[in-house]
Formats: sequence, C-alpha cells, structure tokens
Amino acid sequence: MIRSKQLWWTLALAAFAIFPLVVTNPSDTTIAFFALLYMACATSWNMFSGYSGYIALGSGVFYGSGAYTMALISVHAHMAPGAAMFWLVPLGGVVATLIAIPVGWAALRVRRHTFVVITIAVFFVFQNMAINFGFTGGTAGLALPFITWDSSYYNIPFYYVALAVVIFATVLSVSVRRSRFGLQLLAIRDDEDRALGLGVKVGAVKRTGFAMSAFTIGMCGALYAMFVGQIYPQFVFDPMFDISIALMAFLGGLGTLTGPLLGALLLEAGQQYLTVTYSNGSLYLILFGALFLVVIMFMPQGVVVYFRDRVTKRADRERAVLAENEAALDLEKAH
Amino acid sequence: MSVLLRAQGISRAFGGVQALNECNLEVEKNSITGLIGPNGSGKTTLFNVMTGYVTPDAGTVSFEGVDITNHRPDAVFARGIGRTFQLTRIFARISVLENMLIATQHEESWLRGLTRSKSTTSEVNTAMEWLNFVGIARLADLPAGALSYGQRKLLELAYVLVADPDVVLLDEPAGGVNLTLINEIAEKIRTLHKDGKTFLIVEHNMEFVMSLCDSVTVMHQGKNLVSGSPADVRHNPLVLDAYLGGGDDEAPDSGSLHG
Repeated sequence: MIRSKQLWWTLALAAFAIFPLVVTNPSDTTIAFFALLYMACATSWNMFSGYSGYIALGSGVFYGSGAYTMALISVHAHMAPGAAMFWLVPLGGVVATLIAIPVGWAALRVRRHTFVVITIAVFFVFQNMAINFGFTGGTAGLALPFITWDSSYYNIPFYYVALAVVIFATVLSVSVRRSRFGLQLLAIRDDEDRALGLGVKVGAVKRTGFAMSAFTIGMCGALYAMFVGQIYPQFVFDPMFDISIALMAFLGGLGTLTGPLLGALLLEAGQQYLTVTYSNGSLYLILFGALFLVVIMFMPQGVVVYFRDRVTKRADRERAVLAENEAALDLEKAH
Repeated sequence: MSVLLRAQGISRAFGGVQALNECNLEVEKNSITGLIGPNGSGKTTLFNVMTGYVTPDAGTVSFEGVDITNHRPDAVFARGIGRTFQLTRIFARISVLENMLIATQHEESWLRGLTRSKSTTSEVNTAMEWLNFVGIARLADLPAGALSYGQRKLLELAYVLVADPDVVLLDEPAGGVNLTLINEIAEKIRTLHKDGKTFLIVEHNMEFVMSLCDSVTVMHQGKNLVSGSPADVRHNPLVLDAYLGGGDDEAPDSGSLHG
C-alpha cells in the first residue's frame, strides 16, 4: 500500500514536470500555471483551516499582500524585468506571514462562525486600504517592470516556479500532519476545550498554524503579480479567491492531503477552460454552485474521502473490529 | 495523610444563580474521595473551578500547597490534575491511538511540537499499554467517533491516565453505562488506587460511591454539607434532608419524612 502510494506521487510529479514540454500552447500552459497556483493556495489554506476546523474566509489578505510586496519592491527598487524578480516571491510569503500574526491574534480570540465573519471583515479592510492608500496606486493599481520574454517561452519559468511552490506547500502540509503540532490542530478541530484540558496550548498552536498557512498564499500572490505584470486591488484582494480555495478544499476533502490538490486542479482548470471556451466569465459560478451542493449533500467529507472509503470498505472493516471487540469483552465476562 | 488538592471558600455565580457559595473541599493524598449531592448542587461547577475551566468569584484552589486558582486548564493539567467530563468528550475524527497521544508530553513547549514527530515508539507503547489496561487496545486504529458510549468512557479514562496525573477527577464515571462496565471501571479505579493514584469522583450511583470511596463529601446548594466516611455520611440526617427534603428553609416537621 505504501509502495503504491509513493508510486502514484512519483507519477503525478513526473506528469506535472513534463507537462509544459508536451503541451506547448501558451493558453494551455496559462491554465496549468493558474491551476498550480490554486493547488498551492488550497493546500496551504487546508493546512490550517482544514486541520483545525477554523474556516478562514479572508486568505485574500495574504494573497494581496504578497502581490503588493512583489509590485511595490520591484517598482521602487527599479528592478530589471526578468528572472531576478522571482527572488521576491519568498519575500511576499514573509510579508504575508508578518501580516497574519496580528490578524490571527485578533481573529483567533473567537471561534466558529464568529471567526469566519471576522476573517471576512479583515479581508474587506485590506481591500479598502489597497483601494484608498496612495502608495498602492488606488484603483489604478500598479504596473510592474514589464517582462519581455517571448510568448512561447513566457509561461515556462512561471510554471516551474509555481510547481516548486506546490511541492513546498505539500511537503509542509505533510510534515505538519505528521508532527505533534498537526495532531494538536486536529484535536482543536474535534474539541478545543478538551484539548486545552489535556495540556495543549491551543492559543499558540492556532496562531502558529494561521501564520504558517499565510506564507505560501503570500508567495502565490507575489508570483501572480509578476505573471500578470499589472495588479488592481479588486483582483488581488478578491473575495472570490477566499471562497474558491475553501471550496476547492471542501470539494476534494477537507483536512486531507490530496483533497485540496485535486479540488484545486479540477476547479481551477475547469474554470479557466470554461471562461476561455465560452468567453463567459461567470458561467463557472453557476456550475460550481451546483457542484458544491452535490458534494455537500452526498459526500460531505469530500470526493477523495468518499472514494477512498468506498475502495477500502472502511465502514465494514470498522464494524467488524468493533463487533470482534465486543465479543472478546463478553468472553472475558463469561470466564 | 496530607491534603493533595484543596478548594477553600469557593464562590461562583452564573447570572442570578449562586452555583457555589463558599464551598470547601479537601482531597487527601492517595484517597478515593467521593463528591455527591442532588442535581444542581454545584458538583460539576466545583470540578470546573478546580481544573481551570471556570474562574471563581472568590476562594482559592491549591494543589500540593501551591495556589493554582485561575490557572488555565492546560497549566492545571501539566501540574498533574487530570479530569474526565460528565458527557464524555473524545476527539471523534482522529484515531483512538491519536487521542491517547494528545495527552502525552504535555509539559513540552508548544514550539517543540512543530519539529517533533507526533509520537515516539515509547509513547505509542505507553499509549497501547493504557488502552490495553482499559480493554480497548484492539480499537486503536479506529476513529474514536466509531466507539460506543461505554468505550468512549474507557478511552477518556485512558487518555487522562496516559499523562500520569497525580490526581484524577472523574465526573460521573458510571453514568449511562451498563452494570458490567460499571464494575469494570470500579475495578480499574481500585487497581490504580493501589498503585498510588488519588481520585475525586462525582457520582450519582450510591452503590458505586459507597463501595469505592474512603471519604465522601456531600454538597447542597453550592456548599459542602458534610464530609466523612461513607457509613457516617449515609446515616447523616442532614444528607437525607438534602436529598429528600426541600432544603434548609423547610419547616422542621419535614424531618419526620425520614425519621
């Protein structure tokens, strides 16, 4: 089982690695680039919200902060347009994390629905700041140093940097899941007060997880800004972004590793494809709404968990073990 | 014998309801102390105050002579006071074994949790030993949410014990479980008591309390009414009055009810 799991991961990685060499059409590689960007964001979002159950709907704050970090620094430092700008991508992550620390400190004082509402409110505060502050360029946005790579080549470096970010996010998510810290996040999801009573420092754990998840999202925002070359506050601080990455994680399987990856791959690629093919920017919203309803109603744990449990016949196995234990206990009584 | 856990003059009101009113409680080291009283007499609130879940309006809680009033639940637990809840609370969507691992290593700094694996071999072994002790070791890999109510009670007991607390506070360990399991839980408590653990038990099942406890404290209307050996408490007219009578303000002739 372990071996075949590793094999699947290797195959998937190989497929992603050779994709831009096989499919060279720039419009296809653009779709692929955005799919990777969202895979990284959904995985990173899931690493906190999926594990801890604190559904954050304001992650656009970190995406936008990363984007503005890239734009402001590259503009003010008069950077030469080109590959050197990629070095600002991690810096976007750092800035997003620094912003996440006070935001998390404030928002994580409350739980459940109140937390969701607070994150949405914080998001709109940031969006409005970007619109109204002078240094952000207001609604006119900011133009980054214009990269003049040939269109047949342009997407390729971006694609591989995005792939590296996805790998980073995935490895981070796996390490968190395997650490005691990750276990504590799961305990918080299931019963926060009980976890506190078993010595888990829930406040510190939640704030750390929240700040960590902002890092990758900030990197993605920076990468996005560099890719499109011109940013506007309403696009980098986009409420649809907040909802999309949550939806991707829900669709694939909240709190699982492959769920957000698969969810983001399907939804983002699907959205880009629909938008390009039917040149209709909102058709996907209708389809996604319907899809989301179906998933929540029939497979609330997400597609990945639904099919995995079908394949492994998990429920049957659990029932068998439970029955066996009951029988063994009865036997002990009888003696 | 020395006092391990002491609550002194604890008062706590919720809105207009005085849940605790200058309540005192002492738990001797290496004892099994019972805490009984009619519904609403403040037993669970006292538990919550002693374990840091509720801050008292007045009074102090001390453990081994150290003042722990207003300590948060994680700090209280780290000091060596474990508790279970009246309605069992387990982590439903992680495995039984992972439930056990939450409580281990409670002293280490939270930063250490980032870099270390969720369990070492010795931690897993210890966890399995305790699961074996309560008899649910073969369920270790199941999600805890699949367990029956009785099995959840056993799991909750096991994951409190895995951290090796000095005193264990049990809130109705026999509530809602079948007779065989009640006897089994009593047997486990006796075994652990022999090994030096101290217990404080809230329970409505009188047979359970009277057969198990060295000393019993009766609470009534947020106050400790009587403390003593089970036999003394059983025949104390004040106790009978608290359970059967209407309370302190009742007319004296209501005493004839329980002659």
